[in-house]
Amino acid sequence: MQDLYRELILDHSRKPRHFGCLEDATHTADGINALCGDRLTLYVQVDDHGLIRRSSFDGSGCAISVASASLMTAAITGLHVTRAASCIDEIAARLTEGAASTGVSPELEKLVALDGVRRYPGRVKCATLAWRTLQAALNNAGTPATTE
Amino acid sequence: MIARAEMVNAHHWRADFPALDQSVHGNPLIYLDSAASAQQPASVIDTVARYQREDHSNVHRGVHTLSHRATEAYEGARDKIAGFINANSRTEIVLTSGTTESINLVAQSFCRPRLQPGDTIVISHLEHHANIVPWQLVCEQTGAELAVAPIDERGEIDVEAMLALIDDKTFLVGISHVANALGTICPVERIIEHARAREIPVLVDGAQAVPHMQVDVQALDCDFYAFSGHKMFGPTGTGVLWGREDLLDTMPPWQGGGDMILEVTFDRTTWNELPYKFEAGTPNISGVIGLGAAIDYLRDIGMQNVAAYENDVHDYMVAELAKVDGIRLVGEARRKASVQSFLLDDIHSHDVGTILDHQGVAIRTGHHCAMPVMQYFGIPGTARASLALYNNREDIDRLVAALQKAREIFA
Ligand SMILES: Cc1ncc(COP(=O)(O)O)c(C=O)c1O
Repeated sequence: MQDLYRELILDHSRKPRHFGCLEDATHTADGINALCGDRLTLYVQVDDHGLIRRSSFDGSGCAISVASASLMTAAITGLHVTRAASCIDEIAARLTEGAASTGVSPELEKLVALDGVRRYPGRVKCATLAWRTLQAALNNAGTPATTE
Repeated sequence: MIARAEMVNAHHWRADFPALDQSVHGNPLIYLDSAASAQQPASVIDTVARYQREDHSNVHRGVHTLSHRATEAYEGARDKIAGFINANSRTEIVLTSGTTESINLVAQSFCRPRLQPGDTIVISHLEHHANIVPWQLVCEQTGAELAVAPIDERGEIDVEAMLALIDDKTFLVGISHVANALGTICPVERIIEHARAREIPVLVDGAQAVPHMQVDVQALDCDFYAFSGHKMFGPTGTGVLWGREDLLDTMPPWQGGGDMILEVTFDRTTWNELPYKFEAGTPNISGVIGLGAAIDYLRDIGMQNVAAYENDVHDYMVAELAKVDGIRLVGEARRKASVQSFLLDDIHSHDVGTILDHQGVAIRTGHHCAMPVMQYFGIPGTARASLALYNNREDIDRLVAALQKAREIFA
């Protein structure tokens, strides 16, 4: 059990960082996990050079989805949007295809704490929700991201 | 009070269900999710397997032996269903894929051709999505309106308010017999009596009632009664719509195809008699035969015995859960069956579900296809433990111990 609910996960779920609305966001998207009713709104502020200046989220969800969103908003701040997009792919592969033994990009180091979800197939979607939502926000998709 | 002999027998009931005899994550499985779908006794599994091995063929069509056997078994199951709910006649038993299809059938075949703009369909705030969305669809198609009776903090329907909504504009009332998210036993008798006096038909969603209590559609005096096979120990993809014959008679078919016709020409097609008019295409033959076996199983035990035994475990569950520190029971109706929803501290129900699963305890988490109920309580979802005749008090003790563990992890 402790492989899933690691201290870092519990900490971020209890005290999510970057929680709240970002008034001057340039990109936003909603994410919905229809399975369990998790929903979050992601706010991203991208500057003229394509750098993510700030990001935040609000909404409600399980410990895994909140911690994932909290860790994500910390990780992507300062990244270029193209780099953020490749992070989405890396995380998705890591959580679903189990690239555990392979190394992780330095920006994503803390997200290794989410590796435990791989052993809980029902929970992978909780961990990927924030990242799917980021994808939708950066693509200006306009429709809510889902985990289906 | 339940006879001691039945208490003892309950242990035998559990042994009838092969799926319960396994470990999950190294712990003996405690299955507390029967409201979502119940396990099947060996007699159902074996009946279906025997049919597949020996008797499978299409029904109603062949002159050969296997077709005859398949038809006998399939139609035999219809007779069992009719007897089980005390239908007036087997022609009132329409076989469907489940409660969902049964309700959609009534919405599209009974309501849609007759609904006028301004008419209302009255339901309650407690309903499963299957008893909400089909009405929303038909309201959109016809300009009718959905009227929703309120509930209170206990999870009980405000009956007076519901009765007040039933007026001369009301075309039909839809109400669950037992609410799936909270376990509330709804006052269907009062609602039916009130509607009957105004000649307004009532559909009862019995998905959560049929597995737990004796249901007699004639005594209830409703007009339609819908339920699912897989919640009463039968196979998935089976369900029943019971309807009054005089109403079913006036309804057009809702799907066209084989089996539902008497004669087809390009000028004119005539419908088959009841209930086949509503059963287009090759049905779920093996599933229905399995459902027949499930009914045999329940009849052998006796629904009175099932209800008495389950009430005892239910009351124990409620009492024991109420003692858990940090728990908030959601749904405390005075009359309840088989279900308890709850929240634990501020731990998300999904996390509770995962931690319990790790200890072999299977519960359901989320909105339970009753999002309006969650909206009423202002919560995204609950954890829900639900019982069937194979559960016992020790299961509840295991549930409580597993919840303590969840509190430790999130302490
Ligand atoms: C009260 C109620 N109505 C309807 C349904 C829908 O049943 P099915 O999915 O078998 O069609 C359910 C199942 O969850 C239920 O509990």
